[in-house]
Amino acid sequence: MAAARRKPSATTAVLALASLAMAAPLLWTLLLSLKSNDDLLRSTQSAFTPPYTLQNYADILGHPAVFGWLLNSTIVALGVTMGVLVLSSLAGYAFARLRFPGRDVVFIIVLFGLAIPEQSVIIARHQMFSALDLHNTYGGLIYPGIAAPFGVFLMTQYFRAIPRELEEAAWLDGASRFRTFWRILLPLSLPAQATLGIFTFLSTWNDYWWPLISATDSDMYTLTIGLVSSQMNFAQTNGLGFLMAQAVFASVPILIVYVIFQRYIVAGVSRAAA
Amino acid sequence: MQATRGWSASASEARSGLMFVAPYLIVFAVLLIYPLISGIWLSLHKADLFGGSQFIGLENYARLFRDAVFLKAVRNTLYFVLLTVPPLTLIGLALALALNHGSRWSALVRGLFFSSSVLSVTIVTLIWRMVLVPDGGLIADLLQKIGLAPIPFLSDATLVMPAIAVTTIWWCIGLPMMLFLAALQQVPQELYEAATLDNAGRWRTLVSITLPSIRRTALVVVIIEIILQFQLFGQSQILTLGGPNNASLPIVFFIYQVGFQRWDIGYAAAASEILFCIILVAAMTQFFAARGRER
Repeated sequence: MAAARRKPSATTAVLALASLAMAAPLLWTLLLSLKSNDDLLRSTQSAFTPPYTLQNYADILGHPAVFGWLLNSTIVALGVTMGVLVLSSLAGYAFARLRFPGRDVVFIIVLFGLAIPEQSVIIARHQMFSALDLHNTYGGLIYPGIAAPFGVFLMTQYFRAIPRELEEAAWLDGASRFRTFWRILLPLSLPAQATLGIFTFLSTWNDYWWPLISATDSDMYTLTIGLVSSQMNFAQTNGLGFLMAQAVFASVPILIVYVIFQRYIVAGVSRAAA
Repeated sequence: MQATRGWSASASEARSGLMFVAPYLIVFAVLLIYPLISGIWLSLHKADLFGGSQFIGLENYARLFRDAVFLKAVRNTLYFVLLTVPPLTLIGLALALALNHGSRWSALVRGLFFSSSVLSVTIVTLIWRMVLVPDGGLIADLLQKIGLAPIPFLSDATLVMPAIAVTTIWWCIGLPMMLFLAALQQVPQELYEAATLDNAGRWRTLVSITLPSIRRTALVVVIIEIILQFQLFGQSQILTLGGPNNASLPIVFFIYQVGFQRWDIGYAAAASEILFCIILVAAMTQFFAARGRER
């Protein structure tokens, strides 16, 4: 669109201001994290001027709990992602390709599951996990994420769009259904797997609600919960620089994942908008 | 014949079909459907942590409608949805329109506006606490530089919800922007070419071609955001603990307090069923309103 490319300066000015408003809190956090706690105790105004220091980041290395939380977040997010990919692919293939009794009704019930908010099942689920002694375990943190129906919906749609002819060659060779699925359909669905995987990973990594309720033991905290516990424990002016360095440190892994998988995030959003 | 072995027999197809869906269906039934039903059942009981449970019919629901704190939480949540969903939709659309071209500069700005979306609520609230607090926050420091007094955003009953709304808009603006950008990419180029031939101005092109083409996406954005923003929790819980005087207490935080701090489990379950109904009704209303207009 040639008309749109020739931007009038008013749009550019508004956009520049909006970008500044968007970036300011991030830059402010970065500046605070680079100041010594003593300087900040005197006044946070000092963040606008040097001297800056990396001491707060060095202090994180001496705070082993943070690495424990990082490990927990990684285990839980990878566990949920793998579980969702395996279960959604299997179920999606069956809903898209195989006829079995009750298929359409079951599929509609699964779609209905999309409308159930986490909060409306939380009380009963918490009781159930208490009875099974699952709180403060990796399993307890992983299982609820695997039940989300979104992946099944996505994979079913994706498998339906793949032409059937591609499987026929395998059928003619007498391959089993699982073999056809494994050798033909699964490789073809890799783009959808990537999109589903990255969204599941991001939302599990950032989940606050379920780990807050289930992981009450500080050894089982994920990064999101651990960061809140230090936010609440530190007197706000005491160790502020260290706290902000933790915020930056906790953002880095997820920003790296975002940058690497950006392509699949954009693809996923485009499919949702279509 | 080899080729038809197993593939024409529908009994075997049904058997494999069931085997393929079984793992998910078991998880789905145990972790989603069972808690949903048992939650409804629980909401009809006076139940506590120690297993004491007594059937009381709809008494929990009746009690909710008399509970001033719950009613305030409902009002707060509706207010928050009104404060966030329209700006998220309009700003998302404006950004998408402004950034819908291929320059490297605009890709950078898109990345900036989406970057906050990948952060957890914990990091977002940590950042915004240090923007909003009157004692050493970014806004207070800037006001001080031009000789103005700091504003206590988080402890003022009228300012606290708008402050949490701004925090939330900053956090969530990436998704609406990306959805609108994706929709703009799919508007057929021929429509714009026809408009150029008609000598339509930029404003007319926007109103008569661009906006009608992305109406469906606007509906998707509004429904997604309604569902998301009704679930407000972390921002209030971490920034203000629902205060001052419950001015920023949303429904989900009420459920959390009643269920996991006072352990009045049946009552919390009832509140969570009400939340479910409110979200469902709000999303359905939007959906049917939009469908009605299209006819």
